[in-house]
Amino acid sequence: MSGIWTGRRVAITGGTSGLGLALVRELSRQGANVAFVARGREAVQQVARENPGTHGIVGDVGNKEDIHPIAVQIGGELGGVDVLINNASSLGPVPLALLGDTECEDLEGALAVNLLGPFRLTKALLGALAASGREGRGAVVVNVSSDAAVEAYPGWGAYSASKAALRHMSAIWNKELEAAGIRFLSLDPGDMDTPLHALAAPDADRASLKRPEAAAIELIEAIGEALEHRPVTAGGAVTQSC
Amino acid sequence: MLAAHHPIQRHPRAKLLAADSEGVLRHIPRANFPSLLLPGDLVIANDAATIPASLFGEHAGSGASIEARLAGRSSLDPGDVREFSAIVFGGGDFHLRTEDRPVPPAMRPGDRLAFGALRGVVAAVLSHPRLIQLRFEGEPDEIWAGIARQGRPIQYSHVTEPLALWDVWTPIAGPPVAFEPPSAGFAIDWQSQAAISGREAAFATITHAAGISSTGDPQLDRLLPFDEPYRIPQATVDAIRRAREGSGRIIAVGTTVVRSLEHAASSGGCVRAGEGVARQRLGPESVLRVVDAILSGTHEPGTSHYELLRAFTDDPTLRRMDDELNAHGYRTHEFGDSVFVERRERQVGAVVRAA
Repeated sequence: MSGIWTGRRVAITGGTSGLGLALVRELSRQGANVAFVARGREAVQQVARENPGTHGIVGDVGNKEDIHPIAVQIGGELGGVDVLINNASSLGPVPLALLGDTECEDLEGALAVNLLGPFRLTKALLGALAASGREGRGAVVVNVSSDAAVEAYPGWGAYSASKAALRHMSAIWNKELEAAGIRFLSLDPGDMDTPLHALAAPDADRASLKRPEAAAIELIEAIGEALEHRPVTAGGAVTQSC
Repeated sequence: MLAAHHPIQRHPRAKLLAADSEGVLRHIPRANFPSLLLPGDLVIANDAATIPASLFGEHAGSGASIEARLAGRSSLDPGDVREFSAIVFGGGDFHLRTEDRPVPPAMRPGDRLAFGALRGVVAAVLSHPRLIQLRFEGEPDEIWAGIARQGRPIQYSHVTEPLALWDVWTPIAGPPVAFEPPSAGFAIDWQSQAAISGREAAFATITHAAGISSTGDPQLDRLLPFDEPYRIPQATVDAIRRAREGSGRIIAVGTTVVRSLEHAASSGGCVRAGEGVARQRLGPESVLRVVDAILSGTHEPGTSHYELLRAFTDDPTLRRMDDELNAHGYRTHEFGDSVFVERRERQVGAVVRAA
């Protein structure tokens, strides 16, 4: 694994807490050029200060108007994108609610963050990702998923429906963009000890939950395999064409 | 020609007038552009995304409202955003024609300009009283955030509704380095890339900081196009070599692609991978060393884009094209219809390659 992340341009949403924060720290530590997105200005500034060299971006992926300003900053500050990790997630109603008790607005909110946000941001960065694919750097989009995308857990309806749609969208993106050299991964990090999990299950035994740092390392290994260990400086010896 | 008023990148009835290497013209739906390709051809597009380069703010000394349109910078380096050249307008916005916009207050070195949270200073007045070197305050990430939040796409009065960034980003938009969209690329969506592949042709990109197309001031317009930094990836150089080896044509999507590739080949005829700054103007006297054909918007005679088409074909052919465009109701400007012009004769390139 040594060196595979050096100079790799990575964008992470939801980068100031839980799995996203663990990914920012670990990828930055391994030499990646990391831009991260989150809603809270103070938290963004603090994480950027604590992880020198990372690029903090304030924005809400659930808000359509924020997507292009976010994409301008990601593409501008990194100069391109090799890996996009759509990690920011919304539970929908908090506390969790049966579907019959779920307000339409709460379902819309979950879809905005968990499905439309990743779709819009991926679409805005698709040209940059395709350029990385053509240039032999490899290009990977990770959509962070959940076992709730597959299993039907009562009370998790809004979250589950949005994650199930995201999982299927990932599969279709992956087929459509295989020729362009962009891989899409739908990865389930497992039940983690994160603020999101605490909102969903306040009484859970935290000791039984996976540490987000451990989940981050598993994700990073999976992405590394998808990048096929391509070095960032790909290309042949010939540097000109007459 | 008629102006295209609505920001629709791929109008279902968009038209294409194609001129082949013998000057024979034909009209086709633009969506059928890939039908013009032959096996082995290489289509090269500009993957620059467009910066929201229009900044509304205030000239601190006078309190006057101004608009600064970012117009150039010296490189594509992500950290190189402290200084831009910029054109300053007085009050009003895109609803007024640029030539009718009030003049801004006189700009002097050291004048402070405020665009929301984004602050800058006039570092220098350049070759025209409204053309300045604008130096932003803050770290590069703060400047990117300021531009992303405060800026709007540069817009002209022929489009009546306010443009959003998604209106001006091509489907393949990558690094945000263009000041106006490389609009020939509006035609190249993901479906058409598949169709290019289906024709056994290849697709590649360069990144070129497409600049401002018009200022409304005849003196300033004569300075266009400004110097434009570009980057040519190694993969694109490799694709050019493969196309050349197979006698495929190099087809540029837009004038910026011609400008960067021909600049990169201007010394010695070889396209080199890496960054450069295109400074040349292309016209009837230019020798094209790389590009065999261009897909472009429709352009009015006298514009720098039209002059570039004169490098591809002769004036009688261009005049017949003008007549056809007018007779068939083609629309012009960035959301308009398109032309495809193949280089009139390939002997020039052959001589260069043999030399």
